[in-house]
Amino acid sequence: MATQEMEQLVRREYKQGFVTDIESDTVPPGLDENTIAFISQKKGEPEWMLEWRLDAYRQWLKMTSPSWAHLDYPPIDYQAISYYSAPKKPEDRPQSLDEVDPKLLETYEKLGIPLHERAALAGVAVDAVFDSVSVTTTFKEKLGEAGVIFCSISEAIRDYPELIKQYLGTVVPKGDNYFAALNSAVFTDGSFVFVPEGVTCPMELSTYFRINAANTGQFERTLIICEKQAQVSYLEGCTAPMRDENQLHAAVVELVALEDAYIKYSTVQNWYPGDEDGKGGIYNFVTKRGDCRGDRSRISWTQVETGSAITWKYPSCVLRGKDSVGEFYSVAVTNNRQQADTGTKMIHIGENTRSTIVSKGISAGRANQSYRGLVKIGPRARNARNYTQCDSLLIGDQCGAHTYPYQEIGNSSATVEHEATTSKIGEDQLFYCRSRGISEEDAVNMIVNGFCKDVFQELPMEFAVEAEALLNVTLEGAVG
Amino acid sequence: MLEVKDLHVSVEGNEILKGLSLTVTAGEVHAIMGPNGAGKSTLSAVIAGEDGYEVTSGSITFEGRDVLEMEIEERAQAGLLLGFQYPVEIPGVKNVYLLKAALNAQRVARGEGEIPAPEFMKLVKEKINFMKMDSSFLQRAVNEGFSGGEKKRNEILQMLVLQPKLAMLDEIDSGLDIDAMKVVAKGVNSLRDPKRGILIVTHYQRLLDHVEPDVVHVLVDGRIVKSGDKDLALELESRGYDWLVEESAA
Repeated sequence: MATQEMEQLVRREYKQGFVTDIESDTVPPGLDENTIAFISQKKGEPEWMLEWRLDAYRQWLKMTSPSWAHLDYPPIDYQAISYYSAPKKPEDRPQSLDEVDPKLLETYEKLGIPLHERAALAGVAVDAVFDSVSVTTTFKEKLGEAGVIFCSISEAIRDYPELIKQYLGTVVPKGDNYFAALNSAVFTDGSFVFVPEGVTCPMELSTYFRINAANTGQFERTLIICEKQAQVSYLEGCTAPMRDENQLHAAVVELVALEDAYIKYSTVQNWYPGDEDGKGGIYNFVTKRGDCRGDRSRISWTQVETGSAITWKYPSCVLRGKDSVGEFYSVAVTNNRQQADTGTKMIHIGENTRSTIVSKGISAGRANQSYRGLVKIGPRARNARNYTQCDSLLIGDQCGAHTYPYQEIGNSSATVEHEATTSKIGEDQLFYCRSRGISEEDAVNMIVNGFCKDVFQELPMEFAVEAEALLNVTLEGAVG
Repeated sequence: MLEVKDLHVSVEGNEILKGLSLTVTAGEVHAIMGPNGAGKSTLSAVIAGEDGYEVTSGSITFEGRDVLEMEIEERAQAGLLLGFQYPVEIPGVKNVYLLKAALNAQRVARGEGEIPAPEFMKLVKEKINFMKMDSSFLQRAVNEGFSGGEKKRNEILQMLVLQPKLAMLDEIDSGLDIDAMKVVAKGVNSLRDPKRGILIVTHYQRLLDHVEPDVVHVLVDGRIVKSGDKDLALELESRGYDWLVEESAA
């Protein structure tokens, strides 16, 4: 991919962000209690929310950045970051696709992104032209009839304070870890979903509908609640490369599943990975956790991670309810200088809890990737079962793959299985495909997609097709 | 169509082929026989373009084109196709998907455009029935968990679908029971065509009982030491290779 041009583009945008005079809508770089008060006020939050944020901030101040991950990056200067800026005004954004980097457009083309969506993704000021308003309206009506709440977290804090008070921070506590504490103090955006008892959400929910309305936040906060017997499938992210001026991303996602509820959370993450030397890429430090609070509840994480310079992410499940089920299906691809330390945690607390982990890591170029997974069986988790399958595929000889499985078994009736493989993309497989007339690049794509099959089939249909295309674009030029 | 001239090939510094020459004309079936280690499989691997073989001198041309200058996929697109002795497994990739991708890559390279899906399925069904294979094969991952015989049948199935100009079969008969052998032979015979050359590499005579060759070559120590008609194969069957090995050493 022509990363240079893309970088230039990203930089140009980045510069613009700072050249603009500091308006009353933007807070200067730096973080203290005043910054947090400013954010809270801008969002029109009640007093208790501000107190919540300040408490998180005070905890964060006493914490240190984690250093155990297999990642190499310079220290982050948290005082150099601007923690609030209003969405860009239309006149500051590219006015048409003609002003957007042709290479970026080429990528959209390859991914098969519909024309009208390309403009939105590239940050073009399309609000006036974009016809999503009507789409969004019908969408909201349909959800409303079913009693499903789907809105931004800021709206939820204003409109549904009781639900927020009841659930926010109960899965990922404010002081859970360094990045979660930071997020709790300064989050500015994110989604809120509430599916009432017995309701199956009538459609797949996607952040896509929301992102069009405003830029994605640097510190996103998402909270999804499924009451008894409720079900929802939530899609986060987008296969198209997302540009963003903010280098540091620290999101928190909390899922709560009550009795017999089922939450399926699918992610395709494709933030800007930086140029071939990793310069300018996004740092993505995410805390995602699902709480299977009720008996027989089920939470399933599926992720395809191809972007970011640094990925630090461990979507986890706390299996509290009896017979509850946690699942983690992951494909992570790193190319060039990308680094990823990702995996999951399955915490078995209740009886007969089951978890499945299928992780596929693909490393190319000079990239480094680690799988880090914890399976913990608590003393009361009788007959708990876990199955872990963790495969790594290397393309070329300058990349690395590492596996760090942790197991803490506190009940002897548990069954825990772990299978791991590391293989180089087979020269013989490549030769076989090419000797049938298939180009080297297509052969690599075919083999890699085959390797990821187990995970792709967990994705919602439409997402799976996009994910395959995305993988191919990500690995362009990885061989040969 | 295929012309191999004074070919010298080394693997890790050891010379395996030591001046091999061979001409295959369209419409002919050639069999390359010889003792183990004579370089039989090296020949087909070099023609297909496998890595790890160093051509130190000599030439290979196919329909006038310099094969050694062509990429692996270009050779296949030009109509050179190798059926493997040990075809590799590709987990997660459906057999039918590989077939279609290969056929389309070759068609596109020839400027024919991709095959319409219904036409493709009709073609594949016809061929798979001909090879007495269950249609579930198409949905299984390429060669994964296939028995030896299934792998060989699958190689022939690819030949039938891809219709190469020159089909090369490397030890396609190894590890086959007699029923599988008959099916494979039937497939190879159906490939016989005035416009197509077939090159069979084999250690044993038994496949040649079912697929009658026009020319038999004996490869010993990197060179073709004797060529003849199908009777030469029968002679090898009764006398073995030793007399030729001694002759060539003398």
